[in-house]
Order: sequence, then structure tokens, then C-alpha cells
Amino acid sequence: MSDPDQFRRETRAWLEANCPPEMRKPMTSEGDTYWGGRNAKFSSEPQRVWFERMRDKGWTVPDWPKEYGGGGLDRAEHKVLREEMAAMGARSPLSSFGIWMLGPALLKYGNEAQKKEHLPKIAAGLIRWCQGYSEPNAGSDLASLQTRAESDGDDFVITGQKIWTSYANYADWIFCLVRTDGAAKKHDGISFILFDMTSKGVTTKPILLISGYSPFCETFFDGVRVPKSHVVGTVNRGWDVAKYLLQHERAMISGMGERGVGRPLGQVAADSIGSDEQGRLEDAMLRGQISTFEIDEAALSAAAERAVDLAKAGQSHPAFSSAMKYYGTELNKRRHEILMSAGGVDALEWESERSKGGARPRAWLRTKANSIEGGTSEVMLGIVAKRILDLPGA
Amino acid sequence: MALVLTEEQSMLRDSARGLISDKAPVLHLRSLRDSKDATGFSRELWKAFAEMGFSGLLVPENFGGSGLGAVEAGVVMEEIGRTLMPSPFLSTAVLAASALTRGGSDAQKAAHLPKISDGSLLAALAIDEGAKHRPLQTKLQAVRSGNGFKLSGAKAFVVDGHTADLLIVAARTGGSAGERNGLTLFLVDPKSKGLAVERTAMVDSHNAARIEFDNVEVNADHVLGEVDQGGALLEGVLNVGRGAVASEMVGLSEEVFGRTVTYLKERKQFGKLIGEFQALQHRAAELYIDIEITRAAVLKALQTLDDDFTNAGAAVAVAKARAGTTATRAVQEGVQMHGGMGMTDQFDIGFFMKRARVCQELFGDSNYHADQLARMKSY
Repeated sequence: MSDPDQFRRETRAWLEANCPPEMRKPMTSEGDTYWGGRNAKFSSEPQRVWFERMRDKGWTVPDWPKEYGGGGLDRAEHKVLREEMAAMGARSPLSSFGIWMLGPALLKYGNEAQKKEHLPKIAAGLIRWCQGYSEPNAGSDLASLQTRAESDGDDFVITGQKIWTSYANYADWIFCLVRTDGAAKKHDGISFILFDMTSKGVTTKPILLISGYSPFCETFFDGVRVPKSHVVGTVNRGWDVAKYLLQHERAMISGMGERGVGRPLGQVAADSIGSDEQGRLEDAMLRGQISTFEIDEAALSAAAERAVDLAKAGQSHPAFSSAMKYYGTELNKRRHEILMSAGGVDALEWESERSKGGARPRAWLRTKANSIEGGTSEVMLGIVAKRILDLPGA
Repeated sequence: MALVLTEEQSMLRDSARGLISDKAPVLHLRSLRDSKDATGFSRELWKAFAEMGFSGLLVPENFGGSGLGAVEAGVVMEEIGRTLMPSPFLSTAVLAASALTRGGSDAQKAAHLPKISDGSLLAALAIDEGAKHRPLQTKLQAVRSGNGFKLSGAKAFVVDGHTADLLIVAARTGGSAGERNGLTLFLVDPKSKGLAVERTAMVDSHNAARIEFDNVEVNADHVLGEVDQGGALLEGVLNVGRGAVASEMVGLSEEVFGRTVTYLKERKQFGKLIGEFQALQHRAAELYIDIEITRAAVLKALQTLDDDFTNAGAAVAVAKARAGTTATRAVQEGVQMHGGMGMTDQFDIGFFMKRARVCQELFGDSNYHADQLARMKSY
């Protein structure tokens, strides 16, 4: 990077000139997130404008190479962009599993044809991806997955079932773990493969969750024919790709809490509970919980910053994303427990307009999945214990 | 600024670690305790500290020091935390050097800073009066008398108070307990008439004192900073101290944790290494994560002290609160996972537990700083 201060000034000026005011407000509903894809619709004109301007600059994926539709920013520049966007409250223009998960895996393991085919479409929001990992009998023990891919000439024929496939019913393509060698040890017979969700034999069925939403699906494959050229990396070495991608997924989930955005928790609580004459929240125990939460939240955000700097210095441990995933998700659950307590009875309304259709309790219930999806908290602690602390045992 | 140590800071850490682990392992503290040493630390070692430039770390270069900042002080404190070395570093090189540098007149700086830097002057900060750290509750009275003041009252938990050649005393010249206005800092000679020092042996075998003031006369030119306006100076100096103690707790936590993980890999029960048990693995993993996150929060606070001193309060509160809870957890798990051995005096783990308890109280415990943070954020 030539001159960091100049890059910051230019970035700030560009964002000021191009980010519509509506796109600088905290997101309040699902419709505020733009996911892209063949059937995508913008929920507002400013959302479209903001997306298209960022896309044209390559800043839907600022750190991807320009040749694949990215912005070509180095780490330091990317950090500046993130900081400047955060400073003005600019929303992410495009959310996508293609960006967060598949992209990094393709950049590392994909061949040139795969990168050229898929990355620009992710960057431009043309194709929406979903992740076919978990199965009914392969959750925490993901490597025991049983979805079969049988060789038939130039194709694999895929049969089996996935579960917890996020937004599979909206997705255009899937990146999927399948068993290509049933005789090998469980980690050794898995391949990582890409295919179109409109292929013959693919069906999806949304799962109704405790939040009343259906962000996840069951996904069924009945003899789905996929060219062998769609395997990413080496056949039967898909576990390497899967693990690498999981690190990105965990980093993403650990960053999911809406840190430092919107009204501070203490104020939210004071709005509904009230304060004493000294300005202290009228619930001493909740006040303590909130400030303890904010201490941990500030500490985690320092740790996230440090993790980036350590990576830059080549000093990070590859399993550290599991540590961050564990802490970030548990913290986000705490945030929503506090919000529920702060809201009291008002936070229990499920359907009224005044409660925005029960937004708070539904969000609270949604967070309970944070410590399950992408590897449970218990699996994360196991990874830290074995891979970082080198504790003995299976 | 990147949230990692620079190359120079890493070199400072290595040289501090080299000296401290060589000359002052935990055994050093144990020997001082067992011999009921009157000083409570090694003057010889303090001389070595001065020769290495550690005593003058925060002293400006024109007064013979290195002119470095809170991050560097934290680097040394962390190494002190690893072996629990008793040393005037915190009281003299961190607190007194900061107070004099930030609040001292030219004459005061010239009189004391070079001596702090060369290791010949020991100083102590006298703030607390009650059971808990409540600096705004300062009651020790300083009333005007002739060309100066007369100080009356009592201080407690004065770190290294029994060996100090110079005391920096927070007193009330106006306002009433609880108010920030009306606080004044004084430079006081401990040999002054009416001043009585009682060394208090503490649970952690480190040094502290109770000090009584009975109409102790202090000349007006021994006021540090402005009369009645010492609150901001005091808070700033305390914040440097809090960052330093938080660093000590990071070092302490990491050392205890390292020893505990080693034990989990050696101790066998039921025919297995106890580190194979998932109940212990998960607790160890959680503690590791806690320590890593706290380390980042503490470095953040130290960097903020160096970059934006007057606005560092929130970051320091976060660091001190986190470090306190993390160290508490680390020593509790350390003793528990060492089983019966953890309860014996022969094992070092208990020393860490005792020191962690003292560091919690020093300059405000986790609850104090959680409350402070809530006040700063107006709830």
C-alpha cells in the first residue's frame, strides 16, 4: 500500500459520496440484508444503488483479486475500508455464503477454471450459494456423513440427505460434502463438490424453528448427476477443503453479534426500566450484568483486532478461529438474554405491530443456534484443548 | 496501531524475562517470605533493574530515563507477574515516575526523576483509606498552615510504603468525600514529624504499609500539580497503575495456566492422564480463551494510554476488570486441577492465588471497574 492516510481519505470521501443515507442506519429486519442470486429482489432503491456502486468498485469482496471481481485490496487497505464503513455505520452491500465461505475455499483449493467460473458471479451477487454439510446423523461428528457420490463415467451420481442447509430454498448452487469412497477411513473418502440446485433430483423442505422462522432446510438428493469436473481440490481429499472453509465459517459466526452498533444496551434497558436520581439503572443486578457484558464485548473486539494483526505477522494459530467462535457466540447469546430481561414483559409480544412482529424474542431465540451451527461450543472447546493446548486423548 | 508488540517491545520483553526468570524465580519470593526479610525485596536486584534501564523506563530522557510508555511498562509487569517477583517497579518506576512526569514542576522533576531512573530513590503512592479502593472518598485532610499545609488522617495498602524515600499522598484540601474537586497530591518525606509507618505483611508476601499522619507539615512547594485540582492527575496516574497491574495479572494467569496444563499432561488417575478427561479439557480450553481475550484487552488499554491518555478510562476499566476475573479464574482452576498438591505450601500455585487476590484489590477490583464503566456510559 502506498500511503495509508491517503487511502483512508480517499475511501472516506468515496463512501461519503456514494453510500445513501438509508444504508447508514442499523439493519432492523431480514429484508435489510441483500443476499443476491438469480431471484434476488431489492427491498428498496437505496439498497440497489448501494449494492451496485460497491459491486462496480469490487468492494462486495474488497480483498479478492481484481481478476475475479474483487477490489484487490491488501490487508491493511481492507482494514481501513472496514473501519471507515463501520465509522459511518455503512451496511454490508451484499451478504453471501459465497463470500464468507466458498470464496476463500475456492481461492485456496479451486482450479483456474473454477475460480473464473464462480468467483466473479459471487462478487456480482448473481449466484446465491448454500452449504451442504450437516446430515441427520452427521452433526458434530461431521466426517461421518453418508451422502453417496457414485462414479458413472464423467459424472458423480449423488444420493442422500443434508440438514440445516441455510436458505437452501433460495439458493442457486450448493457446495456439498459427499462420500466418494465408502471403504476408506471416514475422513479420507470425502469430496467437496459444487452443483446447481435446479439439477434434477434436488428437493428442499424448510424447517420451522423455535423463532417461528425457517432459515434452514432439509435438502434431499435423489440421483443428482454432477460432472466430476465440479469437484474442488482432489477427489477423496474434500475434508481438507471442508476444514479450511469451516475456519472461515467460524470466523464469520463469531463476528455475527451486532457489536457496538445501535443504541447501547444500558440505554435500551434504561428506556424500559428507568433510572434513579443518580442516573443509575433501576435494576442493580441487570446494570452489573450489562457492564460485565460490555467489558467482555470490548475485550472480544480487541481480541478480534489482535487476531487480524497476528495473522498479518504470521503468528496466528490456525485453530484460533474456534476460540473466537466459541466466545463470540456465547457472548451474543448473553446480549440477547440481557435484551430480553431489559424488555421485560414488552419483549414477550410475538405478533403485534408495536413489537415489530416479535422481533426481539425471535432474534433472542435465533441466537441459541449460534453456539450449535458451524460446530457446537463443545466441539470448539475440544478443538482448542487438542489442537492448541495439545491435551492428550482422542 | 497493530495490536501486537513491536520488535523493540519484544526485545524488551526478552531481556526482562531473561533477568527475572534467572534472578527472581518464585523461589526468590519464597525465600524472602521464609526469612521474614525486613525489606521484602532485593535491593541488589533493584540495582540490576536500574542498570538494565527498567527503573527509568517511564522517566523522560532529559531526566535520565528512556521516555517509554505504558505498553513498555506493561511488558515488564507481565514478566514480573510470571514469577511474582517483589520489586519497587510498580510503586516507583510506574506510579511515582508517571505522577512526577505528568504533574511535577521543573524543580520537582529535577529533584526526583533522575534518582528514580538511577535506582537510588524509592517512592510510594498513598491513596486508599478504607477497605476498598475509592479514590474520590479520600478524607485525609490537608489544611493550610503558614507557608504550607498540615496533613492529618490515615492511609492503607500503600504499596512499598515501608521502604519509600518519598510518598505521594492524595489529600483533601476542599470539597467533601465523594467529590473530585478539592483533591490535592503532596510529595511527603516519610521521615517527617508526625508520620508513622507500619509495615503490613500481606497474604501475598509482597510489601504494603499503613501510614498515619498527625499534623504532618508539608511545604507549599511540595504540592504536586494544582491545589484542589489533583483529581484528574490522580486518575491518570491510577490508570497507568491499573494498566500495569492488569499486565501483571496477564503474566500471572498465563504462568499458572501453563503450569496447570503441564500438570494435566503428567498426572495419572484411573489409569489415564487426567488431561484426557473432557471435563478438564473444556475448562482448560475456556480458560485459555479467557486469557487470550484478556491479553488483547490489556494491550488495547496500554496502547490507548500511550496514544490518547485522557480518553483511556474506558479501555483501562475494561482491562483491569477483565484481568481481575481472568486471573481469579486462572488461580482457582490452577489450585483445583492440581488437586491436593495445589493446597500445599510446597507447590508454588498458592503463591499465584494469593498474589491474584491482592492484584484484584489494587486500584479497584472487577466490580469497581464494571461500575465505573456503567457510569462512564451513563446507566
